[in-house]
Amino acid sequence: MKIKVLAFGIAKDIFGSPAIGLELANDSTVYNLQYLLEQQYPRLGQLRSYMLAVNNEYALPGDTIHERDEIAIIPPVSGG
Amino acid sequence: MTTQIQILSTPLEIQSAIYWIMSPESGGIDIFIGTVRNTTKGKAVIRLEFEAYEPMALAEMEKIVTQAEEKWPIQKALIHHRTGVLEIGEIPVLIAVSAAHRAAAFEACRYIIDTLKQTVPIWKKEIFEDGEVWVAAHP
Repeated sequence: MKIKVLAFGIAKDIFGSPAIGLELANDSTVYNLQYLLEQQYPRLGQLRSYMLAVNNEYALPGDTIHERDEIAIIPPVSGG
Repeated sequence: MTTQIQILSTPLEIQSAIYWIMSPESGGIDIFIGTVRNTTKGKAVIRLEFEAYEPMALAEMEKIVTQAEEKWPIQKALIHHRTGVLEIGEIPVLIAVSAAHRAAAFEACRYIIDTLKQTVPIWKKEIFEDGEVWVAAHP
């Protein structure tokens, strides 16, 4: 399935774009996606930490990703 | 509880937040105003830039206010957060809480700003004379 991943803050700099498209196997988990992303963008692994959000909620590594989910990379937040 | 949660690209208005948060039922209001400081770790800051993942940031701020309401008897809560370029002295965040008694307002206000800084997907870039850095991104 094709998915789109939104990027914010430093993740946007690492992608060189506010969003990227990826091909992901059906029934992939958040962990699978993280692995794929870090292979393609090794600088992600150098961050202090980061989370993935699925449909505007922080996701857990075991969560399954579905086509048309809104996925975003959430690098360490620094609002306020 | 009545809430007002907004992400704005225009200057935050202290006075209108105060008008909104005050009510005849309240015995006190507590306001936290974040301001852009001119240094970080001894280094001069020229300006800040804020970026938000808006739909999720709004949802996370709603959650924080709901948690605060579960912990303390508060009446109204307001969170306004800026995005875009902010100069020194400008206001990136404004939080206001009203309650019948002051302890609840103080504690809830502090809880809201402390939790916002940990969970709400908003990012701050510091711009210096000689470069720029996304705050907290690297170890």
